[in-house]
Amino acid sequence: MIKFVLMVNRQGQTRLSRYYERVEVTRRAALEADVVRCCLSRKKEQCSFVDHRDVRLVYRQYAALYIVVGVTDTENELSIYELIHNFVEVLDKYFSRVVSSDPINQPTNQPTSHQSCVCVCVCVFVSLQSELDIMFNLERVHVILDEMIQNGHVVETNKSRVLAPLHALTKMADAS
Amino acid sequence: MALKIVKGSIDRMFDKNLQDLVRGIRNHKEDEAKYISTCIDEIKQELKQDNIAVKANAVCKLTYLQMLGYDVSWAAFNIVEVMSSSKFTYKRIGYLAASQCFHESTDVIMLTTNQIRKDLSSPNQYDTGVALTGLSCFVTPDLARDLANDIMTLMSHTKPYIRKKAVLIMYKVFLKYPESLRPAFPRLKEKLEDPDPGVQSAAVNVICELARRNPKNYLSLAPLFFKLMTSSTNNWVLIKIIKLFGALTPLEPRLGKKLIEPLTNLIHSTSAMSLLYECVNTVIAVLISLSSGMPNHSASIQLCVQKLRILIEDSDQNLKYLGLLAMSKILKTHPKSVQSHKDLILQCLDDKDESIRLRALDLLYGMVSKKNLMEIVKKLMLHVDKAEGTTYRDELLTKIIDICSQSNYQYITNFEWYISILVELTRLEGTRHGHLIASQMLDVAIRVKAIRAFAVAQMATLLDNAHLLTGNMQRNGICEVSYAAAWICGEFSEHLENPMQTLEAMLRPKVATLPGHIQAVYVQNAAKLFATVLKSQEGNTDSTAAQETSQLMIERLPLFVQSANLEVQERASCILQLVKYIQKLQQKDVEVAEEVSALFAGELNPVAPKAQKKVPVPEGLDLDAWINEPPSESESEDEQPKAIFTKEETKHSRPRHIEVDEKELARRREARKQEQANNPFYIKASPSSQKVYQDTPGVEHIPVVQIDLSVPLKVPGLPMSDQYVKLEEERRQKERAEKKKKEKKKRKEKRSGRGKKHDSGPESEEDITPAHMVDIVTEEMPENALPSDDDDKDPNDPHKALDIDLDNLGEMAGRRPLADSEKLPVRSHRAVEAAKSPGEDGDAETVATQQPKKKSGKDKRDDKKKDKDKERKKSKDEKKKKKHKHEEKEEDLLRGEVHEPVVQSEGISQVAELPTSTSAEVSDLDFWLSNAPVPSNTQVESPPLPLPLISSVNTPLIHSMNYWSVICCFFSRNLSLYCLPMWISDLFFCLVLIFLTLVFFDTASSLKGHITLSSSILQPSSV
Repeated sequence: MIKFVLMVNRQGQTRLSRYYERVEVTRRAALEADVVRCCLSRKKEQCSFVDHRDVRLVYRQYAALYIVVGVTDTENELSIYELIHNFVEVLDKYFSRVVSSDPINQPTNQPTSHQSCVCVCVCVFVSLQSELDIMFNLERVHVILDEMIQNGHVVETNKSRVLAPLHALTKMADAS
Repeated sequence: MALKIVKGSIDRMFDKNLQDLVRGIRNHKEDEAKYISTCIDEIKQELKQDNIAVKANAVCKLTYLQMLGYDVSWAAFNIVEVMSSSKFTYKRIGYLAASQCFHESTDVIMLTTNQIRKDLSSPNQYDTGVALTGLSCFVTPDLARDLANDIMTLMSHTKPYIRKKAVLIMYKVFLKYPESLRPAFPRLKEKLEDPDPGVQSAAVNVICELARRNPKNYLSLAPLFFKLMTSSTNNWVLIKIIKLFGALTPLEPRLGKKLIEPLTNLIHSTSAMSLLYECVNTVIAVLISLSSGMPNHSASIQLCVQKLRILIEDSDQNLKYLGLLAMSKILKTHPKSVQSHKDLILQCLDDKDESIRLRALDLLYGMVSKKNLMEIVKKLMLHVDKAEGTTYRDELLTKIIDICSQSNYQYITNFEWYISILVELTRLEGTRHGHLIASQMLDVAIRVKAIRAFAVAQMATLLDNAHLLTGNMQRNGICEVSYAAAWICGEFSEHLENPMQTLEAMLRPKVATLPGHIQAVYVQNAAKLFATVLKSQEGNTDSTAAQETSQLMIERLPLFVQSANLEVQERASCILQLVKYIQKLQQKDVEVAEEVSALFAGELNPVAPKAQKKVPVPEGLDLDAWINEPPSESESEDEQPKAIFTKEETKHSRPRHIEVDEKELARRREARKQEQANNPFYIKASPSSQKVYQDTPGVEHIPVVQIDLSVPLKVPGLPMSDQYVKLEEERRQKERAEKKKKEKKKRKEKRSGRGKKHDSGPESEEDITPAHMVDIVTEEMPENALPSDDDDKDPNDPHKALDIDLDNLGEMAGRRPLADSEKLPVRSHRAVEAAKSPGEDGDAETVATQQPKKKSGKDKRDDKKKDKDKERKKSKDEKKKKKHKHEEKEEDLLRGEVHEPVVQSEGISQVAELPTSTSAEVSDLDFWLSNAPVPSNTQVESPPLPLPLISSVNTPLIHSMNYWSVICCFFSRNLSLYCLPMWISDLFFCLVLIFLTLVFFDTASSLKGHITLSSSILQPSSV
């Protein structure tokens, strides 16, 4: 089960946080700081799984942005690792609004060989602009995340289906 | 009115939105807190406006601020307002904010129930979706109870988007409202076969999560999951199902047999590493649960190890890490197959990633044998020297000690080597684990009698050179080692070659810079040494030498008398007086050595740390019964604190107690106080110094002086462990040659300890004999020690409540139908229906449509509890019946028909139809399993028993132990008690306490529990 999802930048500032288990607001800041310190201190050649107290952290770094997922020890680490990438791809698709000619547009709802290369556009996405994108559209990023993970479980990995509610939201906003 | 709206929208134009807020915070890097507080003020203003758009915007900003760690609970009501907006855009923001900041104790949550219900039944699927998502974050027991039925209806919504969300949220509902599990379960099970893969996956997720905690209730679903596993192509789902099987197999070994084949197929065919890893993990779990059952599982274990080797050899660090992690699971049951990859593991020790190195270390722990221990430890010692970063080096140090000391020093053949390794480890700079090394030294020296002479010699050298080490000793925890060294030298001083030299080393002025608790041990053991020295010197009839020794003590001890540490001061002044008295006697030419050494006579036996706890309560002894009548309530306040134990009983105390004359009581009390004051043995409530001493071993608080020494000190005279490796080689070769000569002679191995039971190493290991016959004394335990360990489960675990028997809920409607009271509460505006006829009870499927009688919440719950208890009993009875009928039933099933023997229990009529789509042949687990390829003639009657993973026999040999003699022994040498290892002195302290309370038990009535205990303990001596 997934316990929390965090997005932090290299300065350790939280850009997105979502908890699937109740954590007191006062304790969140401390927890986040710990987690960030734990992940930021690791070098590139180190593996992406760390045990931190009673959570196992799975993290991935995209340029200046770290995405950290805390899971219970019963979760499959590699699938979470895949999930993070999938999430970033969805964000990328939504914010850069890449047209369908893009190779990653094909729905991949399977954790394939986890070494699937990091697409070029992902790297482009994760720049300062992307960090701002996330901050400015916090509630939309939350919609995306909620579509993908609910209750600590993966619900949807198909990109177009994840984005469907968001598009509906945009339509509604345009209509009004 | 119109003007107001226009004004509102104009205001809105100037409002900050989220973007502005984010930009603003970025632009105010220096005074961020101040900027945010002004923003919060603005938000508060905005929230006061009527315009919902403004409010939504404000709430949106609040969500961001909440993420940054600001408390926004004050806006809870506004969030509810935004949640109830009719526009999806705002509603979404409201729900998001709620899901981020609401929790069970948020009181406005109860206002949301109706709003959420409305949203759940909204025609717009996104409204429903957003409500479900939000609810999953802040569901409370009340919400769960009120909304369970609505969510259950949504589980069969036409849109898969809603269905999957509803299914997932049911898990949270179950946790908060366990009563909903039984009624909802049939539908949940149905969803496993939903046409939409998303819903299917959600159902699998929920059931996996439930089954992980209470696997036995979900065994009956195994056939269904098996079908899913072989048919599904969705890796996410497959991973979950395989995980679930991993949890189920320990309960049902036959399931494991059935699983091996498809799992190995998957391992061969899949390209997804995550799936491969999961399969390997589950195969391992299956093999662990089978362990003995299957003859040809070595092939699958080989396959796993092979695949893991590929993972570990991969250049990707993640795979390497996981490979090692899985390998350590195999190691527990099949150490041999892992041991062949020792090269690979040792290679990983050189990896650049620390976490991989740590995993490799974990593996090494299980890979050692008598043969390779020295070699492995030697490698580790090299790593210790090379390692940069103290955390990793500390980890190495603990691992070395763990590896060596595991299962009671099972793998150590040469304790001289081990002692020298420990001594070498003391040369580490900056380690925090000085106390660990120290406790190992103490443990080995006390328990391995044969090694004492060697250990004492080593410790004496260590003490002698302590002044060389002190520089870097003080900076770190290493100084703890001198604690052990001093104690060993003092306690086993008869083995010392030159006690005088050691005595001088112990009394050096430099010692005074050590932490207090160590100095205390130094002082105490100096006294022990003094006794030994006196004995040898008086034996030589050289009276001047003995007097010189006393003089030395008298000169050096005042340094410690002035110590700031109370413990040191007390001991030093006590010993100083003693020595002065001895000197007086010496001057009169009186022989004192005998009497002085009698102070420290006697052998100390190691006592197991849990020994005291395990003393069984003798039959017929009631620890709660009063020995003396408790003092009555009328006694004045100063007796009050003692009343902790008497709260209940005093109520029933006889009335005549109250009649006791007030004056008489006062007089008695006065007399008692007087007695206590005069009694030196009376233990007062204030914390004793000993207690303080016991708490001190933590080394973090020791003030440290930074002295940098760039060159590691090479201490002369300290042994090198390497030489032992060589010696050991030679010895083994010699032994081998010898053995060839007298091959026929069977040698009896006199190796003590329970280690043998664990011995799973290769046969040849048995050939290696220890260098010296080591008599490892097992720790003493009281007679008839209770084997139980208190590893109670967490009583607060929410999953405990979900341990509900779900078997046969749908298919075998007769077994345990849903009771009326178990149905989910449904909100109803209609009049209360008349009491139901019991005939409707069995029908699980009608729950959703029925309107059960409405009661006030509390009544209902109470009723439910009662009903539940009844039901439990009932189901138990029925299970018994079921067992008897099982065989018969199986025959029925074989004929392909389900003729359920109708159990006419309590006159409930049955609904015989099968409500779910699950077909009859998969409904019976036993039938399904009996189709397993492996011919299993296990009886159906015997319920599968969970196999213990590792059958470790941890009950140590119980030595008889006479407590009385222990007390006497301690009294005879009460001076040395302070420097005993902590657990002994702990035990001793309790015993003294017991003893004293027994003597004065008429006064110390508050300790009644101990008194009764002590009387039972002391029985043997009084008989």
